Amino acid sequence: MDADIAVLGAGPAGLAAASAAHRAGARVTLVDSAPRVGGQYWRHRQGEDGPRTPVDFRAGHAIWHVERTGDGFTTHTDAGEIRSATVIVATGAYDRQLPFPGWTLPGVYTAGGAQALLKGHGVVVGDRVVVAGTGPFLLPVAAGLAAAGARVLGVFEAGSPLGFARHPAAVLRNPAKLAEGAAYLRVLRRHRVPFHTGQTVVAAHGGDRVEAVTVAKLGADWRPVALRDLECDAVAVGYGFTPQLEIPLQLGCATHLDADGSLVATADEHQRADVPGVYLAGEVCGVGGVDLSVVEGELAGRHAAGAPVPVRLVRRRAGLRSFAAAMHRTYPVRPGWQTWLADDTLVCRCEEVPVAAIKRSIVDLGATGARAVKLLARPGMGLCQGRVCGYATACLAGPVTADDLRGFSTRPIAAPISLGSLAEQHVEEP
Amino acid sequence: MTTFSFGDKEIQAEAGQSVGAALIAAGYRAWRTTRHGGTPRGVFCGIGICFDCLVVVNGRPNQRACLIEVHDGDDVRPQEGTGHGC
Repeated sequence: MDADIAVLGAGPAGLAAASAAHRAGARVTLVDSAPRVGGQYWRHRQGEDGPRTPVDFRAGHAIWHVERTGDGFTTHTDAGEIRSATVIVATGAYDRQLPFPGWTLPGVYTAGGAQALLKGHGVVVGDRVVVAGTGPFLLPVAAGLAAAGARVLGVFEAGSPLGFARHPAAVLRNPAKLAEGAAYLRVLRRHRVPFHTGQTVVAAHGGDRVEAVTVAKLGADWRPVALRDLECDAVAVGYGFTPQLEIPLQLGCATHLDADGSLVATADEHQRADVPGVYLAGEVCGVGGVDLSVVEGELAGRHAAGAPVPVRLVRRRAGLRSFAAAMHRTYPVRPGWQTWLADDTLVCRCEEVPVAAIKRSIVDLGATGARAVKLLARPGMGLCQGRVCGYATACLAGPVTADDLRGFSTRPIAAPISLGSLAEQHVEEP
Repeated sequence: MTTFSFGDKEIQAEAGQSVGAALIAAGYRAWRTTRHGGTPRGVFCGIGICFDCLVVVNGRPNQRACLIEVHDGDDVRPQEGTGHGC
């Protein structure tokens, strides 16, 4: 065994888990594909790292498979394997996308991508930027861009934060969340960035890069009711998040649909999966933001290391989860987005599968359900393996079920690995 | 600062920056064409998820520009289709 506990992912949840387990006396190995700790949220630039982590940190190790071996687990990475008795999966999430005409134009970014370029690399994606989609994450993205000198032409929130008013208990239990939102709105106001609700970008236009967008005022189900064009040189879009479930699914962990319509791994009150020895923390078991991720990470780390768990942590998790549930109900994706699509709009960016091909697989070829659509029209079969188009394709194929999303989230190989480095790895003969 | 070549241009980047971030900072938005439609693509997700920003680095195609860090003297080239010249 290389470690008692392997923590997979060095974002907020993974760092909290590794730190809690280390403090409880466990031998911990922390693994991340990035060169530095922090994950997508605490994204460090080179030279910004704090003190060295006291645990064994395997930076730049992309995990491609985790399996149960003997009395523990083997985590296979592109730079060797790690044997541990227990694993804590904290692999986070990435932006959920809805396709629209022109979304493949260079200059259209995911909201998280625009944020990563800014926070991780000091690069502002454009001079005249439009931020659109749904969910509270649009606010820090727009505020960051505006503070860095971009002219943010507007934040177009398809939903409305007023929905939080229907969940007063969850909001009152989490006053810091309201203060955080208000702080971002103050930054936007200071930079004269308009915040529009019930509006979003329904098309992007341009030749070899984005030059303008069409912004729509949306009806209750997100069908456009009025349109206007806006010249811009960059767009940042996101409609919530998709948890990264490759590893829980490889290990056979149970998954279910969360309130936001994303597939998530099922954790019990100890942050345990239903597979013995596997713990889950952070966005993999439900999108809830950094505070919830840290609490879940600490709980997972303590439980996995056999340390006592303070009641205040369990209470704090309950409070933050109630806020996450209110957030999911406040910012749902409404079905009218499908009316934004044209027949030639690409749904799958990798295999270049247009809406028409997906419709044909359903109408002419009789595909029932997302799996059949995938087999007949190839969405989700390219390089990204359905990470980007999986949710949208499942929606187009009919009402989304957990099984549809499992079909787009199951990846026996979670990260690209060359045959050469695969051949170099030690393989145990059966 | 580090310097790398992009086609026949020399581009300056900050230490630790990704190839994709450095190309965007230099004004580029696209450096790949798709396999079927031949349409231009650049960074989309920025975190290694979408594989849209593929680029040829030191002769190796299909590198994710958003993830791969710039090294002094790197030879970076746009990628057409599969990047294997077919």
